[in-house]
Amino acid sequence: MKETPLSNCERLFLLQAIAEKKRVDGRQTFDYRNIKITFGTDYGCCIVELGKTKVLAQVSCELVAPKSNRPTEGVLFFNLELSPMASPSFEPGRHSELLVKLNRLLERCFRNSKCIDTESLCVVSGEKVWQIRVDLHLLNHDGNIMDAASIAAITALCHFRRPDVSVIGEEVTVYSVDERDPVPLCIHHMPICVSFSFFQQGTFLLVDPNEREEKVMDGLLVIAMNKHREICTIQSSGGIMLLKEQVLRCSQIAGVKVTEITELIQKALENDKKIRKEGGKFGFAESLPNQRITAFKIEGAPVNTSEVEETVEEITHNTVPPTEIVPSPILWASGTAQIGEGVLNTWEVEEPHESEEADDKSMEEEEEVSTTPRHERKETVILSDSEEEEVIILNPDKTEKKFQKQASNLHEDTASGSRKKKKKKPSQLVK
Amino acid sequence: MVCLPLDAGAHKFRHMADRRLREFGCEQNLLSRPDGSASFVQGDTTVVVGIYGPAEVKVSKESYDRATLEVILKPKVGLPGVAERSREQFIRETCEAALLTALHPRTSIVLILQVIHDDGSLLSCCLNSACMAAMDAGLNMRCLFCGVTCAIDLDGNIILDPTAKQEKESRAVLTFAIDSVERQVMMSSTKGAFTTAEFHQSIAICQKAAESIFQFYRDSVGRRYSKS
Repeated sequence: MKETPLSNCERLFLLQAIAEKKRVDGRQTFDYRNIKITFGTDYGCCIVELGKTKVLAQVSCELVAPKSNRPTEGVLFFNLELSPMASPSFEPGRHSELLVKLNRLLERCFRNSKCIDTESLCVVSGEKVWQIRVDLHLLNHDGNIMDAASIAAITALCHFRRPDVSVIGEEVTVYSVDERDPVPLCIHHMPICVSFSFFQQGTFLLVDPNEREEKVMDGLLVIAMNKHREICTIQSSGGIMLLKEQVLRCSQIAGVKVTEITELIQKALENDKKIRKEGGKFGFAESLPNQRITAFKIEGAPVNTSEVEETVEEITHNTVPPTEIVPSPILWASGTAQIGEGVLNTWEVEEPHESEEADDKSMEEEEEVSTTPRHERKETVILSDSEEEEVIILNPDKTEKKFQKQASNLHEDTASGSRKKKKKKPSQLVK
Repeated sequence: MVCLPLDAGAHKFRHMADRRLREFGCEQNLLSRPDGSASFVQGDTTVVVGIYGPAEVKVSKESYDRATLEVILKPKVGLPGVAERSREQFIRETCEAALLTALHPRTSIVLILQVIHDDGSLLSCCLNSACMAAMDAGLNMRCLFCGVTCAIDLDGNIILDPTAKQEKESRAVLTFAIDSVERQVMMSSTKGAFTTAEFHQSIAICQKAAESIFQFYRDSVGRRYSKS
């Protein structure tokens, strides 16, 4: 499906509003939309909502062989997927330019900034290391995918616990969750991306652009920073020329925003930890907003199955019993047989009608079909083996053949007769 | 039925009291972009669905007499495999039977399902969420449908709405899609070995359970469109 284009008047209206330092959704220039983080029942699973943009993250791990040039380091893998659910213009399984760009930026933000201690993921040097895989699914696209994805990824990584492992000599034991408490990943710092969009050749700047603002912007600057105000990645796209002061100003804003977001993430993580410790209810089912009229939830429904017996009897009563007769398999040629009363397989039979040069095998079978019920026609079979031209005799009596097919199915004795003949067949072929 | 030991099969109704559906909930219209969306929660199993359509269709997929229904099921981790493809087909066939696609010829309806958490009875949860999303999208349907999963354990007990653990320990897992008008079976998907008597029992139990799911549909739609 095609993306709905933005009309000229919408575009003008947006730009005019921005020039007047107003935003359509009522935010100030440097305001972020509301961030909501919910955790799933699994470790390393969370949904991050940035306004209406929604990203699902799931971290998983696997024991793999390390890269040969880095035998003591674990592997980090990021995979952001733009699900067609998020926007009608996203096609499933297609690697669009946007997707490649976002994935690359994620890798730079997390892997290249060394925020996760990959050496602690080593189990046996050069043989076994943990591969940490972060799957990110965009569920709803309302602009600023990068910020939402980076928050989701780092939150999920902080939330994740990998199974404990012990190495005694050569033996590696992976403990299940019941045996030993899983261990969290070693995270040095939390890089978070902050996006800035520029309008009218960099005259105006907005933080956290939504989808419509992204459509009219001239350029985008993404700064990944941690709460220690260390820049992890910086990327400018859209071909806009920025002044030194502008970049410095942006990094100042990013510093403030990152501190706020980091606090929020940590609060959410602590909250979830507390609930899990106290044995309370957690997971997405609990975060279902029951106050909204669009949401509805009920406690488990008991199903009274005491009167089910009658229904069962009714069903069994109405069931048509399958035929008890199991037809004995009919052997059409050595290696091919037919069970059941279905119509004959025609795809080999049809071939000679279309193409003159049919191979011996298909012809053999065809002749068999025609000859099986009647023993007196035996001699044609023998003839056919040597002479290909024999086919000509068979083609006109199509109707007869059909009748014979039915006959062969109905009469068990004819089927057995054909089987007998088939046993003869190979010897004839040898001749 | 010819080979049915009625006295042995039909009267084996043990553990009747603890046959129940897990708590379930639903939220409609939770995504802003799709034309219809819903999330359905059954115990811990959660699925989010978005529907786009009826909208323009690719020429290659166009059918002149009805809307083309596309179903995409996305797993949580990794790429979709054979299991997802088979589930997609089950869901598509059920939806095709329920949706009045003939009303929108030469269009496409795209249904995207995202697994959020799998704790058993995933296919039935997918079906329920698909129906809720179709309702939210305002698509015309000849009937509503719901999915009910039951598992037959090693002792022959039938468990309704099994968790992932119960599914693993059971001998057979059966999922039925049931329509709201006549409570007929629209689709059945089975795994494992079971007798015909057990199959009939499962259908009867799932039909019974479907009633409480349809009541839930009714209540949630009632809540959404009520004035108070």
